[in-house]
Amino acid sequence: MASVELINVSKSYGNVQVLRDINLSLEQGEFVVFVGPSGCGKSTLLRMIAGLEDITGGELRIDGAPMNDVMPARRGIAMVFQSYALYPHMTVYENMSFGLEQAKLSTPEIEARVQAAAKMLQIEELLGRKPRQLSGGQRQRVAIGRAITRDPRVFLFDEPLSNLDAALRVDTRLEIAALGQRLPDTTMIYVTHDQVEAMTLADRIVVLNGGNVEQVGTPMELYSEPASQFVAGFIGSPRMNFLSGAVAEAHGAVTYGIRPEHIALSSDAGDWAGKVTLTERLGSDTFVHAEVEGIGAVNVRIEGRADVSAGQAVFLTPDAASVHLFDAAGRPVAGRPDA
Amino acid sequence: MAETAKKSRLSRSRTRSAWLFLAPMLVTLAVVAAWPLGRTIWFSFTDASLDLMSDARWVGFRNYLEYVEWGDGEGQYYGLLADARWWRSVWNTILFAVVSVSFETLFGLVIALVLNQQFRGRGLVRAAVLIPWAIPTIVSAKMWAWMLHDQFGIINDMLQGLGLISQPIAWTASPDTAMVAVLMVDIWKTTPFMALLILAGLQMVPQDIYEAAKLDGVPAWRVFRKITLPLIMPAVLVAVVFRTLDALRVFDIVYVLTPNTDATRTMSVYARENLFDYDQFAYGSAASTLLFLVIALITITFIMATRMDLEGKRS
Repeated sequence: MASVELINVSKSYGNVQVLRDINLSLEQGEFVVFVGPSGCGKSTLLRMIAGLEDITGGELRIDGAPMNDVMPARRGIAMVFQSYALYPHMTVYENMSFGLEQAKLSTPEIEARVQAAAKMLQIEELLGRKPRQLSGGQRQRVAIGRAITRDPRVFLFDEPLSNLDAALRVDTRLEIAALGQRLPDTTMIYVTHDQVEAMTLADRIVVLNGGNVEQVGTPMELYSEPASQFVAGFIGSPRMNFLSGAVAEAHGAVTYGIRPEHIALSSDAGDWAGKVTLTERLGSDTFVHAEVEGIGAVNVRIEGRADVSAGQAVFLTPDAASVHLFDAAGRPVAGRPDA
Repeated sequence: MAETAKKSRLSRSRTRSAWLFLAPMLVTLAVVAAWPLGRTIWFSFTDASLDLMSDARWVGFRNYLEYVEWGDGEGQYYGLLADARWWRSVWNTILFAVVSVSFETLFGLVIALVLNQQFRGRGLVRAAVLIPWAIPTIVSAKMWAWMLHDQFGIINDMLQGLGLISQPIAWTASPDTAMVAVLMVDIWKTTPFMALLILAGLQMVPQDIYEAAKLDGVPAWRVFRKITLPLIMPAVLVAVVFRTLDALRVFDIVYVLTPNTDATRTMSVYARENLFDYDQFAYGSAASTLLFLVIALITITFIMATRMDLEGKRS
């Protein structure tokens, strides 16, 4: 039985439809990431699962039971908010115990649950503090701790890392991944606009765009077999090169897509001749931006240091097996191999 | 060496400009607050009268309290502190302040909670609620005086029409109802101010914690008691202090609505009577000085008792 099921779920505000006929089935214990650009409806979808937004069409089921009209507190879910949503006047302990008191648990049971969650997240020494005395990362842990104490069937995360600085974001991302492994029976739904978070955390990714599901699949499926030009451009960093004109037409397509890491760079020979316009050196990688005659700007990713500089003439060779071809509507087309 | 000298010159110039910016306010305060206050306190220790202000002589505490011997071993206390009318005014003022501020806080809180909800025409309602506050007190007091009039007033007419009273009530003239009338008008007038201050506090409460409470399944009443109320308490306390200060020096509404009755005479009214009507300028000054002390004392006590966050350190 699916843990979370969405059947033709849609959402509209008055005449404005923000989500259209979403059909998804999530297995128990699965870590699913909703990813998409801002305004794609991913947060709305999450809030509908949480019960914070009404479902205007279709049905939501959790563990087989219809949930459309069930109060948020009775859905067996817990949610971590983007802004943490901690009660500012309560201590960390009270923040974690407040909901449990509501659930009429005994005091020793509450104590045990709070202590267990605090231990799991290493925030035991913070239990007596107020949220304003905590750093952003600590607040995030408390918010996650509060969710854990609810012992949910489904764990919801709404862009939980977006208020953290870059270094902390990476650490917290690893902790959330570890949390997913420590709670193997809990289904995790995680909303983000950051494809790196999606790729690193997800068992399966749901790519949303303009209120529609573009593609559902494992990170590697999305990377190697994007179902649309949008997914191809959204997943992977740096972005896939999209080339139009003769190079695409030669393959019977409108758009020719090739990822920067699937192009070989040479100073002597290759398929495309061009000139380096800019290099970005990250240490582990070098991004070489080149202007190719008759094709346009192409970005190439070279492992390690590339010994090229701006103005230099280079030759680029795309890996024919890694080319993605799209029609005018952005749908993939089977191209003629190596025309 | 050169650098520290430069730095201190910079900070000296910053201090200088800070004082420069503060100067207009300090001068204004000195002229309109400190000077009149000082003069009043000075006059309270003299025998000044309206026509003899410049010849006022120092008389010590005579205006406050003096024991006058009649010569046969007996005597009597005179002065403000021995004046039953003064103590009645103090009691009236405190009663007025406690009752009006309590009701204004309660009603203001309810109105603020309603105005904080999303509904159609909210902007219009918010503006409309402010009307009583926007009308000058003299005007609204006069208006209410007519509405409460014993013969021609609409209030008596309506109450009689509903059969709630058989005889017209002389709301403002009868000692039994005068204070009620004053309180009613003040609560009507000032509740919007309270509502506005509390609404500002409500809007500072982040919305997401209400969503967190929804997920926790907390019922509405408990959300209000455990989340909303503690979070708006600082704003409510500030509003209460403002209103209490105002209420303790209430004058205009009493003066217009119920002039010259023991039932509603407040400290301010008492001071004014003595200053100008009875030509006891020094005595009136003593009353004003005591009024100042009472307000200062109550305010300081209140701030300390509620450990109010005046410097905004905790928010």
